[in-house]
Formats: sequence, structure tokens, C-alpha cells
Amino acid sequence: MSNAVVDKNVPRHGSSLQQPRLPGWAPYALIVVSLALGAGLGTALGMGNPFQMGLFAALVFIIASYALGAVVEGGRQARNRLATSLVWVCFLLAVVPLLSLIWETVDRGRTVLDGYFLAHSMEGVQTILPGGGAYHAVIGTLEQVGLAALIAVPIGLLTAIYLVEYGRGRLAKAVTFFVDVMTGIPSIVAGLFILSFWIIILGFSYSGFAGAMALAILMMPIVVRSTEEMLKLVPDELREASLALGVPKWRTILKVVLPTAIGGITTGVMLAVARIAGESAPIVLLVFGATGINNNPFEGAQSSLPYYIYEQWQLGNEASFNRAWAAALVLIAFVMILNLVARGIARWKAPKSGR
Amino acid sequence: MKTEIEPTSTAAGSPSTVRTRSTGRAGDKIFLGLSRGSGIALLVIMAAIAAFLTYRAAIAISKDDANFLTTLEWNTSSSPMRFGIAVLAYGTVVSSIIAMLIAVPIAVGIALFISHYAPRRLAAPVAYVIDLLAAVPSIVYGLWGALFLVPHLTGLYTWFDDYLGWTGILSYQGGAARSLFTVGILLAIMILPIVTSVSREVFRQVPKMHEEAALALGATRWEVIRMAVLPFGRSGIISASMLGLGRALGETMAVATVLSSNFRIEASLLDPGGGTFAQNIASRFKEAGDDGRDALIASGLVLFVVTLLVNGAARMIIARRKEYSGTAA
Repeated sequence: MSNAVVDKNVPRHGSSLQQPRLPGWAPYALIVVSLALGAGLGTALGMGNPFQMGLFAALVFIIASYALGAVVEGGRQARNRLATSLVWVCFLLAVVPLLSLIWETVDRGRTVLDGYFLAHSMEGVQTILPGGGAYHAVIGTLEQVGLAALIAVPIGLLTAIYLVEYGRGRLAKAVTFFVDVMTGIPSIVAGLFILSFWIIILGFSYSGFAGAMALAILMMPIVVRSTEEMLKLVPDELREASLALGVPKWRTILKVVLPTAIGGITTGVMLAVARIAGESAPIVLLVFGATGINNNPFEGAQSSLPYYIYEQWQLGNEASFNRAWAAALVLIAFVMILNLVARGIARWKAPKSGR
Repeated sequence: MKTEIEPTSTAAGSPSTVRTRSTGRAGDKIFLGLSRGSGIALLVIMAAIAAFLTYRAAIAISKDDANFLTTLEWNTSSSPMRFGIAVLAYGTVVSSIIAMLIAVPIAVGIALFISHYAPRRLAAPVAYVIDLLAAVPSIVYGLWGALFLVPHLTGLYTWFDDYLGWTGILSYQGGAARSLFTVGILLAIMILPIVTSVSREVFRQVPKMHEEAALALGATRWEVIRMAVLPFGRSGIISASMLGLGRALGETMAVATVLSSNFRIEASLLDPGGGTFAQNIASRFKEAGDDGRDALIASGLVLFVVTLLVNGAARMIIARRKEYSGTAA
């Protein structure tokens, strides 16, 4: 594909010093041919599935470009072409599930998603019939994620400040390592921890707050990591200038370092929120799920969007599947908007970091 | 970054300065205390996770009438209880291995695509799209897997059964394709982004000199990658894969949604059945009594330890790499 150097004198085989090369348009022609072959043979063999046809076309393309390269250009160039086409196929393979997932969610979610869906709960709704909504789940998600952020952001920020501004010794090394390891804690394990500690041993009952604590455990390491990266980008000159003016270190951090990095830190926090908003495993263990509206996260069962999707899926009928898709669409939209805004802030604030 | 910043105490300590406010020192102490305290709090949380899980797990295992590691059943309502993690360990390992086999080559391919093959205009959007894959919540993957992927895999599995059914592990009896293999495919899609982004970072660090030297010797692009990029990035790929493995091992809701578990080890990977640690906890939790919950916590402890080891190892490899590339740069 994109050959860096397209030789103008390609078709001339006269020059003996130059290996014959395929013309620059050859890969594109091959793509068309293999797509046509894939579609044609696919229909003839009755595959009926566009993905299988695509896979078949990709296979044809890989083999054909290798064979053609081997005949015209020799082994080394042919292997190069093989690698190039494989890498392109890898890329296409990764895009397929994402497109399919987003397409399915939007296509099936929009049939149910409307103002009514967002403004009503499942209280008193017969689950096999259409109707009902996810208002209680939206409330639950917002409250649990908000509480989790309230717990995790201060601890995460301060830890990152400690690591970047103060940390030198063994403690800082240990914290760095365990923050990394903590990033990999499965969400269900965080849920089990709060279950054993908060519910079984301390004897509290299921509540949104219990779920929020588990979410906070998952959120902390993400906040620490991203904040750390941002604080490291703040130029030392700024710190030194402030310290040289006699400003105490803590005021330097609060008034100089943090404002400089605030864009990146906000981005990190928003990405972390987006990440935990989709967690369902701790909610299953700790919040227990409810069909009605419960505005109080500190008492009684709540729902949340991810939990709602799981619950509706488990009901296993067409109406509940549609509700699950609609809730999935709401959740994906929420997460994607957070992502987009966060990245927007990062881009908007980035040049100030002085890189 | 590591330039020493002198503590402000030198200014405050000099005798000639007349200071009307002495808040600086106290503020510094409080601030240092707060931030160090947060760091310590994180360590305490990690320790508490290990301690509480171990405590409840010990209670459960002491009530277990069967061998916790090798028993093939999960019966927590009988007294005495009989439960073991053999089926879960098998299911978790098998589905994760399938996921790794599918995801790692493709992820390395995508990482190479972004770092070396894609036209510049395309590279950034592709990297962004891959990051979006990571942002999709796992339950949505589960829903998609159960309602879209599963029906679309029956054709493939029938084909497998026709040609490879004689192997035993790839035979397929028909019915919904809610098997460990399907879980593996779904997990592969889910861990693609992390493996891709970590390996991409490593490929980006390959010294330009190495690549240019190879190019100057007349190497094709593939030869540059094989001789300069991949050897340099090998440890990065390994640690990226292990991070992905950690994710796959602990994935809960997507597996709980897709897998039709029956707590048996099926001979064939394509037939429904089996279970994983995380899926088992989520699926059984609501019906579990007090003892049942402890039993589930015991299996969660095993998962915790395994993911801790896998992630710790991955991080150590990355850390070593950082030191190395730091000196090489």
C-alpha cells in the first residue's frame, strides 16, 4: 500500500540494476478485485453474512498480494507486502466490532429511548410489556458516581501531589508500585472487599453508598496516575520562580503547580468518571438493584444504568431487551460525551503546560 | 524533573529576615501530612482488601467439606458445604488464553499500523477509535455479545464442527453459542485497546537511529520492523499482554451475560458450559446465603491473588524497560 517512493519508471524492465516493481496502483486494484471476489463467491456459496465475505476478501487479498509480489518483485518485497496487508487487515478487524456494537446499540436503542423512558422508573411495570423507563437507574448512577468521585478525587489528587512534589524514599516507591497494581484490581474484587468489610463485618445494609465506595477504590489509581503525569509536565522553572520569591511550598503547589496542570487533571478525573460509570459488578454485590426510585444513596437498594442493563437482559423477553438496549445507548452516550469533553479540555489546555 | 527543589526552610531560617507571618512552615507541615497520609491510605486500602478477603475466605474454607482447590462442585446450601474452584480455574484460564491468542497478534498489528504503517492523517483517528473501544462499558459488551455475537457465531461453530469436530475440543452440538470460546472472543475484543496502547507506546520509543540504519542498509519496511522494532519492543509486548491478561481474568459482567454456565468442565470449547471466577460470583451472589457469600469471597481471593501476580509482573517488566530506555535515549 502506501509506498513511500513511487517509482515513475516502474514498467520499464530494461534497467538491469533495478528490480522490477509492481506499479503504485496495484494494491488498490487488488483490493477491488478481492472485494468483488469475496462478494461474488460469498453469494454463490451462500455465506449471506457480510462479515464472512469481508474476511474471505481479506484472505484473497493477502494471498494474492503475496503471490503477485513474489512473482514480480521477489521474496523480500513479497514478505513486505504480506506484512503490510496483514497489518491493514488487523486494523480493519478491530474496527468491525466497534462499528457493529455502536450500530446495534443505536439502532435497537432508539426504538424505546424517548422522554418517557428517561423520566419514568420500572415501578409497577409488567416486565414482559413495553413501557417503563430508566429514571431510577440514571439517578442511581449519578449519585453513586458522584459519591465515588467525592471520595476518590481528593485522595487521588493528594497522593499524586505527594508522589511528584515530595516523594523520594521507599514509601513513594511502594505507593507508586501499588497504585499500578491497584489499577488492575478486578471490579468484582473491589465489590467483594466492601461486601466483607462494610456489609458483613460492620453490618451495614445494601446501599448506593456501599457501591460508591467500591467504585472509589477503582477510581483512585486512575486519578493518581493521570494527575501524576500532568504534574510532571509542569516545568520546574515555575516552581523555582515561586519558591525563590519566598512562597512556601504548599502555596506554590496550590497556586502555581495545580493551576498550571488543572486542564490535564480535569481530563483525567473525567476519564476516570467515565470509566467507573460503566462498572456493574460492584453494583450487583452492594447496591442490589431496585425497580423504584430511591433518591437516598445512603439507605436502601438503588439501581444504576449498568445494573439496569443486566437486569433487563436477564428478564429475557423482547420488551426488556429493548429497554436494555435503550439504557445501553444512554450509558454509551454519557460515557462518550464525558470522553469527548475531557479530550476537548485536554487539547484546549494543553499548550499551557509549556512542553 | 528530578532537579532538587530546596526546601523553603532556608529562607525562613535566616536570622536577618523579619517575618510577620509564620504560616508557611505550619502550612507546609499540614500539606505534607495530608498528601503523605493519602499515599499511606492507598497502601492501607490494598492491605485491607487482602486482609478482609483472607479473613472471610478462611472462615469459608474451614467450613468446606471438600478440597477447595480440586473439587468439581459448588454446593453451599448443603451442610457441610462442598465447593471447589477447579471448574472456575479451568474456565478462567481457558477463556483468557483464547482471548490472548486472538487479541495479542491483532493488537500488535494495530499498534504497528498506528506507529509505522498508517498515513499520518489516519494514525491519530485510529488511535482515538481504539481508545473509544476501551471506553465502552463491559456490560454493553456483554449485551452486544449475548444478543448479537452469539447468534452470529453458530454458523462458524458449525463449520468448525464439520471440519475439526474430530479433535473433540472443537465439536459443537448446536444450540446457542454461549460457550467459553465465545467468551474468549468477546474478551479478546475487550482487551484489544489496552494491549494496543501499551505496545504502541513502546514502538514509539524505538530509537529512530535503529530504524534509519536498517533503512539505509536497504531493508524493506517489514525488515525494519522485524530487525529494529520488534526486538526493541519485545518486553513491552509481553507486559502489554500481561496487562490484558489481568483484565481478561477479572472481567465479570460481560462473561456473566454471555456464558451459559453449568459448573462442569465440558470437553468441547464450543459447547455451552463452564464458568469463570468473576462470572460465578456475580451469577450466584443473589441466591447465596451467608456461608455462600463467604465461599464466593474465598474464590474472589484466589482471583485477587492471581490478578495481583499477573499485574505486578507486568508492571515490573515495564519498569525495567523504562530504566533501560532511559539510558538508551
